[in-house]
Amino acid sequence: MTDDDKDQKGGTEKPGKVVPEEARDEPSRRAPDQPAVEQSPENIPAHLVGGEPTAEVRVVGERRGMFGVTGTGDTSGYGGLVTPVVLPGAAQRPYGGWFDTVADALDPLIEQVVIHRGEITFHVGRDNLLRVAELLRDDPGLRFEFCAGVSGVHYPGDTGRELHAVYSFLSMTYNRRIRVEVSVPDADPHLPSITPLYPANDWHERETYDMFGLVFDGHPALTRILMPDDWPGHPQRKDYPLGGIPVEYKGGTIPPPDQRRSYT
Amino acid sequence: MSTTDDVYAGSSETSDGRVFTVSGQDWDEIAAGLSEEGGDAAERVVVNMGPQHPSTHGVLRLILELEGETVTEARCGIGYLHTGIEKNMEYRSWVQGVTFCTRMDYLSPFYNEMTYVLGAERLLDIEDDIPEKAQVMRVLLMELNRISSHLVAIATGGMEIGALTVMTIGFRERELVLDLFELITGLRMNHAFIRPGGVAQDLPPGALDEIRSFVALMKKRLPEYAALCNANPIFKRRLEDVGVLDLEGCLALGLTGPVLRSTGYPWDLRKTQPYSGYETYDFDVQTWDTCDSYGRFRIRLNEMWESLRIIEQAADRLARLEGAPVMVADKKIAWPSQLAIGSDGMGNSLDHIRHIMGESMEALIHHFKLVTEGFRVPAGQAYVPVESPRGELGAHVVSDGGTRPFRAHFRDPSFNNLQAMGVMSEGSMIADVIVAIASIDPVMGGVDR
Amino acid sequence: MGVEEKLPSGVLLTTVEGVAGYMRKASFWPATFGLACCAIEMMTSGGPKYDLARFGMEVFRASPRQADLMIVAGRVSQKMAPVLRQIYDQMAEPKWVLAMGVCASSGGMFNNYAIVQGVDHVVPVDMYLPGCPPRPEMLIDAILKLHDKVQHGKLGPNRQAQIRELEAEGLAALPTGDMKGLLR
Repeated sequence: MTDDDKDQKGGTEKPGKVVPEEARDEPSRRAPDQPAVEQSPENIPAHLVGGEPTAEVRVVGERRGMFGVTGTGDTSGYGGLVTPVVLPGAAQRPYGGWFDTVADALDPLIEQVVIHRGEITFHVGRDNLLRVAELLRDDPGLRFEFCAGVSGVHYPGDTGRELHAVYSFLSMTYNRRIRVEVSVPDADPHLPSITPLYPANDWHERETYDMFGLVFDGHPALTRILMPDDWPGHPQRKDYPLGGIPVEYKGGTIPPPDQRRSYT
Repeated sequence: MSTTDDVYAGSSETSDGRVFTVSGQDWDEIAAGLSEEGGDAAERVVVNMGPQHPSTHGVLRLILELEGETVTEARCGIGYLHTGIEKNMEYRSWVQGVTFCTRMDYLSPFYNEMTYVLGAERLLDIEDDIPEKAQVMRVLLMELNRISSHLVAIATGGMEIGALTVMTIGFRERELVLDLFELITGLRMNHAFIRPGGVAQDLPPGALDEIRSFVALMKKRLPEYAALCNANPIFKRRLEDVGVLDLEGCLALGLTGPVLRSTGYPWDLRKTQPYSGYETYDFDVQTWDTCDSYGRFRIRLNEMWESLRIIEQAADRLARLEGAPVMVADKKIAWPSQLAIGSDGMGNSLDHIRHIMGESMEALIHHFKLVTEGFRVPAGQAYVPVESPRGELGAHVVSDGGTRPFRAHFRDPSFNNLQAMGVMSEGSMIADVIVAIASIDPVMGGVDR
Repeated sequence: MGVEEKLPSGVLLTTVEGVAGYMRKASFWPATFGLACCAIEMMTSGGPKYDLARFGMEVFRASPRQADLMIVAGRVSQKMAPVLRQIYDQMAEPKWVLAMGVCASSGGMFNNYAIVQGVDHVVPVDMYLPGCPPRPEMLIDAILKLHDKVQHGKLGPNRQAQIRELEAEGLAALPTGDMKGLLR
């Protein structure tokens, strides 16, 4: 597959994780002698070779095995494969076009900038989020009046930064779109709420709290919105089961989607 | 059979005061109960327009604090249709995800599919490789969907205020659109037709004639709505100056779509951030300047006319594109199966089966890998919003490099637009709440996902 | 009140059953319980092209107290299930439930935490109608089959005998899990 982005990169200092040392007896589960991130870099995708040798990639976990099956169900022989899950890495200045204008205005508050497929993402620490939102809304050169919403993403493999809240902003004046991403650890999932600045985010933050457990401090009424009010757990987290039941039809039973043998 | 025998009627004491369940012919009981409270509590009544209600536009729970007939506070309870679609999509391949997301905003299924597929295509970096015919078909189907969605908005809005004729004629026209959908995609609703890389199938023969005759017929039928409603004094009295929300309010609450355009601001993603070739079509953005429900109704009518214009242009282009491919050329992404009508219905085309079994090993492998495993989408995230009939609908798609969406979150316009319900209806009467919600036109499937 | 309390016996009962069944099915008022996509197809069945009014069912009573049939059209989420039960309980006897669509019949494609896997977990269902969504013609077919069932429904002691019979049959029947050789 030419579009395969599961590559390996030697020694990055970006926030990410290396392959964990799990000592188990099955050969496919034993930690490889040479972790994936240190293996030879022949599989680096083309856009990293030669073009931007310093573009850093961010590891957010690892994928073991080619298919989703683990244990004895996996007869494919690809069970021993261990590759890091890599998200597009930080971009370097100059970003090009209006990206630089926006980045200049936000400069001291940004942790990292990722530009992928023509879309720019600003990674911001949670302490700077309110200030960034204020600048985005009030700065006459930015004028991002419209916040399209918060989306939560749970990366269980990205230790220390598992829960990401992704804000999407639109400037109707300048017809620009940016994304602001904040990462918080599972142990302390608190974020400031930007509802005082962008009232549109009210229900979005409630939904992200409901689905992921991200607590938005300063939200006027942070309660469950989609699930019943007394529902335990946060459904869209990766450690929450899909919750299906086995389906029986004419003598055959199919387990729910998250427990089936999968080929994907 | 009196109210005191019914376990769901009568009154009960709760921590928030007395709760009455009204079941008919017992108003004097409630009035007596209320006057016992005295003071403020006797004047303010909290009414629950529960999730099951003919006029709340779906399973929407409205909690209204009333003072007489005036609404002093209005809150929405949502989540009664939460289906966990986004989490379900994480357990399916990218193409199967289309069948799930299509059922979110069930009145505009093509838009859900489109935004999701645009996100996936951006991550796959095949945005420039989508064949022209696929783009034109997508535009055609989306504009037909816009017409059918606006028809339902007008029809159910009319029904909710009591204009039942509007409902019957709305659904009559909608049947024409659904017939077209059935002809082109095979299903009346919830088609999983727009797929990453293009569309699932080519236009069937005779479709263009049907489309053209549909356009001609709609041009005769749409004036009926205008004649019935636009100058109707009852209609105007019910809709004018109801649900008013000016531009600052709309922008603060993140509203888009006809609600935003009713303030006069011509923001339409088809013009400002075009996708799928919209920049090459000739159409206007419809606005109105009264910021009220009447303006939104007129905008929806006018947008149907604009959609007819776009459909005509799309049909002309499709006439030129006979035989063009509808899927991207890269066989590692293009959905392999071709369907044909056989003796027992629609199924895999025998030509395709002969090709993969007898003629090409690569085609067999591609078919096998794509159907069982699916293609891998490079890691990253994308957000490509489209202008759905209700506003900005965007899918935030995150991929971890695998064959399944790692996260697909949909920013549904109704979710945002419904937040404005409180602002629009506080201070007005209960009847105006209904009209305000009908003018927002929320689809609860999209709100709750 | 009502027919059920003043039933004759024997031959007259059969006649009464026939007449009462005919009356009930000819003017069978549905309660609006449209939830999701199936609700739209239900509305179009009430619309001009697939007219439900010809079966006496055009009037969708908003109040469950005036309805005979609850068409559960759409996916029932966990939050909605108690509401569904409450509406069902508020309906007066005789009442029937038609589970429209696969989501109402069995949870449909949404085999997950949020959807009740079939409304028969919450209310007793008389007719299951698969489809995603079922075409209006399919809905009318299901309604007509239900009409048939209503027409031939028994009253009084006959009904009790029928219930006992059905129950005994059900207890003795082979569960689908034990049926072999069906997947041919």
